[in-house]
Amino acid sequence: MELLYSLCVGVMTFSGVFLCLRGRTFPVVVGLIMLGYAVNLFLFSSGRLSLTGAAILKKAENYPDPLPQALVLTAIVIGFAMIAFIVILSMRARADLGNDYVDGKEPPGTPRGGDVHRSKSK
Amino acid sequence: MMAHLPVLPILIPLLGGLLLLLPPFAGIERYVNRRIGVTLLMLLHIGATLLLMFQVSQQGPVMYAIGDWQAPFGIIMFADPLAVILVLLTGFLGLASTLYAFGGTDREGRYFHPLMQFQLMGITGAFLTHDLFNLFVFFEVLLIASYALLIHGGGKQKTLANVHYVILNLVGSSLFLFALGTLYGTTGTLNIADMSLKISSLTPGEQVIAEAGAMLLLVVFGLKAAMLPLHFWLPRTYAAASAPVAALFAIMTKVGVYGIFRVYTVVFGDQAGNLSDVIQPWIWPLSIATVFIGTVGALASPHLRGLAANLVIISVGTLLMAFAIRTPEASAAGFYYLIHSTLISAALFLIADMIGRQRGKAEDRFVIARKVEQPALLGLLFFVAAMAIAGLPPFSGFIGKLVILQSAATGSDKFWVWPVILVSSLLSIVALSRAGTTLFWRHAGERDKADESVVSYWQISGVLLLLLASPVIVVFGATVTDYTGQAAQQLHDLSTAVRVLQLPGAQP
Repeated sequence: MELLYSLCVGVMTFSGVFLCLRGRTFPVVVGLIMLGYAVNLFLFSSGRLSLTGAAILKKAENYPDPLPQALVLTAIVIGFAMIAFIVILSMRARADLGNDYVDGKEPPGTPRGGDVHRSKSK
Repeated sequence: MMAHLPVLPILIPLLGGLLLLLPPFAGIERYVNRRIGVTLLMLLHIGATLLLMFQVSQQGPVMYAIGDWQAPFGIIMFADPLAVILVLLTGFLGLASTLYAFGGTDREGRYFHPLMQFQLMGITGAFLTHDLFNLFVFFEVLLIASYALLIHGGGKQKTLANVHYVILNLVGSSLFLFALGTLYGTTGTLNIADMSLKISSLTPGEQVIAEAGAMLLLVVFGLKAAMLPLHFWLPRTYAAASAPVAALFAIMTKVGVYGIFRVYTVVFGDQAGNLSDVIQPWIWPLSIATVFIGTVGALASPHLRGLAANLVIISVGTLLMAFAIRTPEASAAGFYYLIHSTLISAALFLIADMIGRQRGKAEDRFVIARKVEQPALLGLLFFVAAMAIAGLPPFSGFIGKLVILQSAATGSDKFWVWPVILVSSLLSIVALSRAGTTLFWRHAGERDKADESVVSYWQISGVLLLLLASPVIVVFGATVTDYTGQAAQQLHDLSTAVRVLQLPGAQP
């Protein structure tokens, strides 16, 4: 289970970082969302993973650490608000700047109308 | 009432900001009500902080357990002299930038004042909290307010700067959470003082993980503080923000610096065994390089706002150097310099805006343009701010830099600190005098009578408030340095925090 869990977190972090390094706002926003998911899982695991722990205290001998769960809950709420903000901001940037590159201008060498026809470019 | 004092500086802007959204204050046309309300709030905030400062100087550091959940698991507000000084500085800076905003900036959008209050709440909370996760929460509060404030007024430049700023800070927040997860996973606590007790008893395997967490945390704080490889966002963001916002942002980099001081002095301090001074090999070269790159940026800036932003980077580098020396004396010197540099760089942003408004299309760029309307007033303000930030006597920059130089006592510290600070000061003087010459003396063409824009009294009062603080902290230099000395002493002395927080297992 530990291997599977850490692989999941690792792959998601990797994808998140990769997408954050893209030049357009949409992949970057998706990357930030992935990074947010990865970090939530990671925080959750900081209380150690256990299979048979009881969710409620005093009902069993073995229960998981409740603090990381509280932390994850807080992190989810904050992350959600931040993602909502960046989505609106990137729509605003698309409208204000006329394109969806994070630098506000098309990189040199982009073919005319390349935005529409060649979705795979860049 | 007195028992709840440590949490009041957080509650006042929170409740006040919410109140400003309600009927007597909401609405475009009721801006006068909003201005009165917000001034009262700021004064209340400063008053509460002064009371807290008095209490701390009488009884020593005080703690406040929210909901009466005790340390180490409850969320603790911890008011020691360092936190109180910084909260007072925040309140003062907030008052000055709000006064400046009364000159017109606050009417560009409806929610300027509430956002300003939430920003103040976030900054205050970050200084007062003694729990790393709570620090993260307050970072997010101040960040989301700053995202909205940065784009306040709208425009292409602001949108563009804001996209970069938000994305960078969201990545930074993820890293912060990764770091917290690692530290919690190894030490089993998030309370700063408690972590400092547990950090030395880690097994070698856990130490490696905790070290990774420590380094990740340095990246996060470095990003907020604009430390060298992570500073690229700062000049553009600060130059794009409207003036009162940029002035308030002058304290935001200091939040990062404060994080470095707090975490790496208390948690990874001398008691941390193998993990003590983990960032020492990094912080020296990075701080010197930060000063260097800030100086180069200051010389190369095309406009006054850019110059001011680069001076902020220099001040961050200087502060990190004061941290790197690692003695209480150096920390005390750093705190004095922190107060001074925050006030004066904020003033410089405001002055840049005032100059920019009077030069037509050239704004505050260093090009030949028409003459400013009020050369005597603006020239005088600029001259005072430039003298102070470059570190010329009789202003606070001189004392600030002098105490840092004095605190670098040993040979190798002296070898690095002295030349770097002195040369960067000299080059800042060059950059500032070049800027002043171009802005005030090299002008062409007649004034355009059509769009005369005289500086409003609100704007002057905001700038004067900041600039007059500089001679005040020089005149009362002994008192201020005594107090920062106390702050540094208590920061380096773990036992006080452990005793005040009533942590179990006080002495190993």
